[in-house]
Amino acid sequence: MAQIFPKWTLKIPAIALIVVVFLGANAVGFIWYYGSPKYTDVGYRPTQPVPYSHKLHAGDLGIDCRYCHSGVERSAVAGVPPTQTCMGCHKLILPDSPKLAPIRKSFETGVPMEWVRIHKSPDFVYFNHSMHLRAGVGCETCHGNIAQMEVVTQNQPLNMAWCIDCHRSPDKYLRTQDKLTEMGWIPPENQAGIAAEIIHTKGLEPNDNCSTCHR
Amino acid sequence: MTIKTLGDVKIPPVDEILVVGATYSSITESVSSITEAKPTRNWYLVFCMAASVMLLLFSLIGYLFWEGIGIWGNNNPVAWGWPIVNFVFWVGIGHAGTLISAILFLFRQRWRTSINRSAEAMTIFAVICALMFPTIHVGRVWVIYWTLPIPNQMGLWPNFRSPLLWDVFAVSTYFIVSLMFWYVGMIPDLATLRDRAKKRLRKIIFGVLSLGWRGGAKQWKHYELSYLILAGIATPLVLSVHSVVSFDFAVAQLPGWHTTIFPPYFVAGAIFSGFAMVMTLLIIARKVLGLKHLVTIRHLENMNKIILTTSMMVGYAYACEFFIAWYSGNDYESFAFLNRAFGPYAWAYWIMISCNVVVPQIFWSKKLRTSVPVMFVASLLINVGMWFERFVIVVSSLANDFLPSSWGYFRPTIFDLGILFGSFGLFLTMFLLFAKFLPIVAMSEVKGVLPEANPHHPSGHSPHRESVGSITG
Repeated sequence: MAQIFPKWTLKIPAIALIVVVFLGANAVGFIWYYGSPKYTDVGYRPTQPVPYSHKLHAGDLGIDCRYCHSGVERSAVAGVPPTQTCMGCHKLILPDSPKLAPIRKSFETGVPMEWVRIHKSPDFVYFNHSMHLRAGVGCETCHGNIAQMEVVTQNQPLNMAWCIDCHRSPDKYLRTQDKLTEMGWIPPENQAGIAAEIIHTKGLEPNDNCSTCHR
Repeated sequence: MTIKTLGDVKIPPVDEILVVGATYSSITESVSSITEAKPTRNWYLVFCMAASVMLLLFSLIGYLFWEGIGIWGNNNPVAWGWPIVNFVFWVGIGHAGTLISAILFLFRQRWRTSINRSAEAMTIFAVICALMFPTIHVGRVWVIYWTLPIPNQMGLWPNFRSPLLWDVFAVSTYFIVSLMFWYVGMIPDLATLRDRAKKRLRKIIFGVLSLGWRGGAKQWKHYELSYLILAGIATPLVLSVHSVVSFDFAVAQLPGWHTTIFPPYFVAGAIFSGFAMVMTLLIIARKVLGLKHLVTIRHLENMNKIILTTSMMVGYAYACEFFIAWYSGNDYESFAFLNRAFGPYAWAYWIMISCNVVVPQIFWSKKLRTSVPVMFVASLLINVGMWFERFVIVVSSLANDFLPSSWGYFRPTIFDLGILFGSFGLFLTMFLLFAKFLPIVAMSEVKGVLPEANPHHPSGHSPHRESVGSITG
């Protein structure tokens, strides 16, 4: 009986195996690196309707984060300040600045400013700012050194592995209550001891059960 | 069974009842010709019906992806609902194939040869149907790869402590091993089809599929060894896969699920339902495809004995659950079981008991277990009963748990019914394609149980033949 296949076909299985393994590894590697929020989200810096400078307000002028983000200690969301908070100062300071025209318009018409949200978590994640502050996680740990940012930029990936890492070993990040809003915080020398005491006295259990965040 | 004698030399009875009046060439001819002839009108008719049901399934799944799982009856408290009932049902069906092919092979039960190929095919198609259900049940099917341990953009591994993940591994391992076992077993037969092929395309297709099989002694040696190894790998799977499926329930703390008897109970139920499904399909196939001389009454009777045995095991498990519910003195546990038998789902419970425990008892009678119509009806009833077993376990436990204020009653929607119905279409379509285009009986193995294959048989190829002749002569 004549041969059905020429001899070179014997090489097909080996070549196919190499190609499949190569393509598979590349696909995984591609998604792993380029799909990660470290690549896609860190550095997100949208243009805001008003060129508000966190560096000026929180850094140079030293206004506490909680003056504007007033819900942060009491509710799940930190809150973006209403126009009235801006006007509390800007009625008197630079009342005619052209950069602030949208703020004055919003104040007169009652239509809120449309700030662009930078730090987003999905709907199925129940993140609570007040719980994290009470535990002793500083603003800077997740948001970066805001006091140095002219325009706010996403500083951390906010993916689940990033959440879980801290939930499993929060001791590098926990601060005493008076240091929460401090920017450029350098962990004290006895950080491990301080963190252990915070965890003990507050009875913290930052577990990684599914229902901790996905209720 | 007649024992042929040649003078003083007794010829061992080589399972003659397993093949009626067949020869090497008639086996090759009757099995290969099924795949070589043009499909008959009846085949087209049945295939079109099955394929339409399959298309119904695909369109329902398409709508499901578009609209979301809200179209199903799943809701709190019965969040698992029908898809998981169907999943456990279909995985269970698969188990008979592996039992027949692997365990009966290791135990040298040679009566398996005529039925193992179709039973293994049934396993694979059933597992495909089974895998479909958890996949569509996750809701966002486009991220189903999250269930696999692949490095990903979230920087996360799946939750290795969850039995649901063990399930992913158990069932996918089962699928891969069953597929390899089925395929490796088929290689010599595919080569037979290649060698008989007349048209070039057919030669190429079966040439690729038979992986260069020439039937040399060395190839047979490697083949037999790899088949033995695969049988060894597949054997623990018969026990492990459904045990792991049962962990989905047993590891949870829900009364009615949290039971140590679950793994063996599920395995027995799986084999029970699987044999019933093999029975249903084989009774049809042997009639339609004219394979009564290869799949004989003795095969069917043996399978009925296994069905009877596993039915008793399942019945024991039902009784044992009730005993433990009473013996544990746990209020929730006793409630869960009394609620099953007399609560809102009592109708399902009693369907289950009558189909799974009462019906198979008819097989104590030799007359009934060798009657084809009786066993056909019984096998259908057992399939129904085993589906209801999973329904009772999944739904009744979830619907009435610890807190009466959260109780509910599960009602399937038209989409639940349609997708279950459609899964049978998918299964049948695949089985019909297999029965038409691939060798449905393992030709090379059946030849091994022919009397001629015995070295001591007078018409065999053994060198003893001459000496036998000289003794008697």
